[in-house]
Amino acid sequence: MKVGKQKKEKVIRQKFSTKLMWKQRYLLLMSVPFVIWLIIFKYVPLWGWTMAFQEVKPKTFALPFWEREFVGLENFKKAFTDRLFGQTMINTVGISILGIVIGTVMAILFALMLNEICFSRFKKVTQTVSYLPHFVSWVVIASIAKMVLNDGGMLDTLLGKNLKLMSTNSVLFWFVVCIINVWKEVGWDAIVYLSAMAGIDQGLYEAAKVDGANRLQRIWHITLPGIKPTVVVLLIMSIGGALNVGMERQMLLSNGIVQDHAMVLSWFAYIRGIGSNNYGLGTAIGMFQSLVGIALLLIANKVAGWLGESRLL
Amino acid sequence: MKSKDKILDYILLVLFIGVIIITVYPFLNVLAISLNDPIDTMRNINFIFPRKFTFSNYTYVFKENNLIKPFMMSVVRTLLGTLAGVISTSMVAYVLSRRDFYFNKVFTMLFVVTMYVSGGLVPEYLLLTRDLKLGNNFLVYILPGLIWVYNIVLMRSFIDGLPIALQEAARIDGANDFIIWARIVLPLCKPVLATVALFVAVGQWNSFMDTYLYARDMPTLQYVLYEIMEKATIKVDPHAADQVANAVSPLSVRMAITIIATLPILIVYPFLQRYFVGGMTVGAVKD
Repeated sequence: MKVGKQKKEKVIRQKFSTKLMWKQRYLLLMSVPFVIWLIIFKYVPLWGWTMAFQEVKPKTFALPFWEREFVGLENFKKAFTDRLFGQTMINTVGISILGIVIGTVMAILFALMLNEICFSRFKKVTQTVSYLPHFVSWVVIASIAKMVLNDGGMLDTLLGKNLKLMSTNSVLFWFVVCIINVWKEVGWDAIVYLSAMAGIDQGLYEAAKVDGANRLQRIWHITLPGIKPTVVVLLIMSIGGALNVGMERQMLLSNGIVQDHAMVLSWFAYIRGIGSNNYGLGTAIGMFQSLVGIALLLIANKVAGWLGESRLL
Repeated sequence: MKSKDKILDYILLVLFIGVIIITVYPFLNVLAISLNDPIDTMRNINFIFPRKFTFSNYTYVFKENNLIKPFMMSVVRTLLGTLAGVISTSMVAYVLSRRDFYFNKVFTMLFVVTMYVSGGLVPEYLLLTRDLKLGNNFLVYILPGLIWVYNIVLMRSFIDGLPIALQEAARIDGANDFIIWARIVLPLCKPVLATVALFVAVGQWNSFMDTYLYARDMPTLQYVLYEIMEKATIKVDPHAADQVANAVSPLSVRMAITIIATLPILIVYPFLQRYFVGGMTVGAVKD
């Protein structure tokens, strides 16, 4: 029996044989259906990338892949010269960078605050409350956000003046989106940093106390360097996802007035691909987004390596 | 030095109270509006206790907006989707935890790759609506999102931490791999099962894009709320800027639906949040 030797370190390389397959028939039965599911729902769409190099409209979609008209990079050219493309790219990158910067800083600050507070009962309550919006849907968040931020909404009545937060067609909308996002996610995002802080050697703090370091100095010289590897890993991951600004959030929070500054790549792919029924073009935009994402991930990973930081891959 | 540190404690305390107020106030405001007389609400929407208490918004919503059906749709998809998702995820996670399985490496790789690349919106849309004909079919709520690879990783790392001796003992007693999964592994996995179930259930309940893209004839609560929000927003030409952005309309009704769409989460949340957080940190450590 092989099972006795099922140690993670030394798995014996087994030869393929019908006998082995029969022995592992239950494992096969329990996994093959899901692998088929995986291939249908995840790998077939990847194969769909071939549409980026073809002219595919609703009528030609039914044709087998080899009978559709190949157009080379025409779809990409069309996408890059689209009148919406420039502003869409600027929005996507702008919202992403803003989101990463504000989001990371706020999450670290919040985690630091939680780490420092000594009223432990109170700490628990705050944590519980701060996770809550993470579990609420974007539709609900948008509904609440519009009630609060719209012209004449709660914030306007509270402050007694019209801030026009949701009705100014400018970069202001990026900030509105990012701040709503922080409101929703800051508590949740802080968990990772908080658990990283819990892993820091307590002896360091004791030693620093003996040396006369005050609290802020301890935070600066021990806590922050202590969570640096975590921060780097999370930054690499979020840089990899920099172009993947979700269409759901943008669509729900925006309105006709701010649309110009709300449009992001994934939404653009939807509008061109499905809204105007140019499947090839929509696929090309999605593919561009995906490939740039992978490239960014690899670059960020490399740069982190050069800087002597921990790496993700 | 000591007193300076003490001052910091109190500054933190004040900041935390601020955080709590900023987080909770909007929710309370929504709740209060939903329970307040709609005409009275128009006077001033800034309050956290209903001034003229009434359930009329809720009764109106259920009668006029036909909310029963979307509500049931949300409930059913959440229950079925969670059940199917948890069973599938745990099966795959168990098989992938078996390093002696011949295809372990290949299958693991196939799953993990999909965490980093995806075909994107348009190919997925075409697959579901044109190839599989799942448009306006209940299965579109269950099948495409059946398994989240992240949850497999979470669960597998939990199973890896279980003592292997139990599985071996069962095998010596003649149990096959399926029985071992069902009788030995699953009962031991309760904490991680709870975490995964909650993630999936919240995802199902909150899901909006799949209705929007594929199944507008089978609206869920989230979608109904979206539609009402859209109606409330006056459609304007994006270039004719200074028109009013929103909301002449039944704010009270919208707030009532907002509460209904949030309530299940608010109810289960306090009891289950430790599982959420547990799952989050398990994942963090493994990553």
